[in-house]
Amino acid sequence: MNDALVQAQEALALAKEAKFIANNMWLLVATVLVFMMHLGFATLEAGFVQKKNVVNILFKNGMIIAIGILTYYLMGFNLMYPGENEGGFFGFAGFGLTPPENGMTPAYADYTYWTDFIFQAMFAATCCTIVSGAVAERIKLVPFLIFCILFVSISYPITGMWKWGAGWLDARGFYDFAGSTIVHSVGGWGALAGIILLGARKGKYTKQGIKPIPGHSMPLATMGVFLLWFGWFGFNGGSVLSADPELVSLVFVTTTLAAAAGAIGAFFISYIMFKSFDLSMILNGILGGLVGITAGADSVSVLSAVLIGFIAGMLIPLSVSFFDRLKLDDPVGATSVHLTCGIWGTLAVGIFGQFDDPGTGLFMTQLIGVLAIGAFTFTFAFIVFFILKVSVGIRVNEQEELTGLDLGEHQSLAYA
Amino acid sequence: MKKIEAIIRSSKFEQVKEALSEKEINFFTFFEVKGYGHQKGSSMAYRGAIYDQGYIGRTKLEILVSENFVEAAIDAIMTAANTGEKGDGLIYVSSLDEIVNIRTALKNSESINH
Repeated sequence: MNDALVQAQEALALAKEAKFIANNMWLLVATVLVFMMHLGFATLEAGFVQKKNVVNILFKNGMIIAIGILTYYLMGFNLMYPGENEGGFFGFAGFGLTPPENGMTPAYADYTYWTDFIFQAMFAATCCTIVSGAVAERIKLVPFLIFCILFVSISYPITGMWKWGAGWLDARGFYDFAGSTIVHSVGGWGALAGIILLGARKGKYTKQGIKPIPGHSMPLATMGVFLLWFGWFGFNGGSVLSADPELVSLVFVTTTLAAAAGAIGAFFISYIMFKSFDLSMILNGILGGLVGITAGADSVSVLSAVLIGFIAGMLIPLSVSFFDRLKLDDPVGATSVHLTCGIWGTLAVGIFGQFDDPGTGLFMTQLIGVLAIGAFTFTFAFIVFFILKVSVGIRVNEQEELTGLDLGEHQSLAYA
Repeated sequence: MKKIEAIIRSSKFEQVKEALSEKEINFFTFFEVKGYGHQKGSSMAYRGAIYDQGYIGRTKLEILVSENFVEAAIDAIMTAANTGEKGDGLIYVSSLDEIVNIRTALKNSESINH
């Protein structure tokens, strides 16, 4: 009898260990998928810029992921997950990485401390990559990199802590599953501050109206979007933070349905508005659908996911026209994809979210979260860009802009 | 010896080439060229705006012939490149002082087979 009990306990312990291994493994796979998104951003942005600025945009993308991961190791992770000051605005658990005593066991989480760090680190650089596309073709390299260091190591983890680090927004019941607001609209607000202070590319807005500056490679842009869609299975699927069969598979379904619906939404509205079948619009529509579903991928019905994605896709052409009307020049549509659809997706949780205990006024809570994080991030980014603008300058000179930043900043060509 | 230059629609290139070949003219140079004129550029659409591409793409032929081939060449191009729409192109002919074949060192009419 005693033996049987011992055997049962051993079997249970083994089963728990197997589950821990499976959970941890899925998080690591998801980490790799999120890593692939950086290739997606790089190809998308490269495709949407002119061929004279391709080295520059790729250089920025290479540096951003390096800066993002290193600063996240140095301070970002411990700013975002301080494990203290719960319900507060700010916490910091010290520089560097210090695994806690139980950090490699299920007592820590369904995954190890190392997995926790590396999964979150892959997310971090995304907020700067979003900015990089919007300010492309005219921003000076070094001031931009200085902005990135400050943005990703201070601004992003502080607002991230408000929700994911058990801060004040979390305590209020704000919901942002994988970061429509915390990652995407944060990047979008940074991008908006950047393009306001930079001004439009030369020749984009003329007396005769808008003169488009077409991207140099639609195949590259398309590849980028499909790579991002591919990586999003990790971005959202990994954000379940375990290999829970039901939740992870639901998230796969909602995520990909929203992406598909985003393309269709952008297709119809861009055709109605512009009378053309515009590839760049349906590519942005797919991304808009993905950004839109990110806040509620685990907590909305399948039909709601389709609606959220469809509306996000419809918002894309409207938003692109809106920013163009304000003469805010965004070569890749980052503000429309990440800011507009990030806000929409976060608010959509307040409309479509299915929770066991739906707190009253979830929509208002979502709105407060969007506005609070928006206000902090936009102010931070605006101040940093402004100081850089009045000190070292953020825009390349006119001659360099015409010649291209590849020759101006790097003395090299993408297509030699 | 004459130099015939013809700017034609790129879509008519194969037909013009065949028509010239039927007149025994099998030797010429051609370029992809860009032009601008009454037609303005091609109309393009990108991210919600219609715009003028700023140029029209065409193919330019440069054909070296002896005097007695000039009429045949012009005739062939006129027939093969004509669509009746604006923008069919132009042919212009000029005189040449000298032609030298690099391999054979033959000069003028002897250097080309037509």
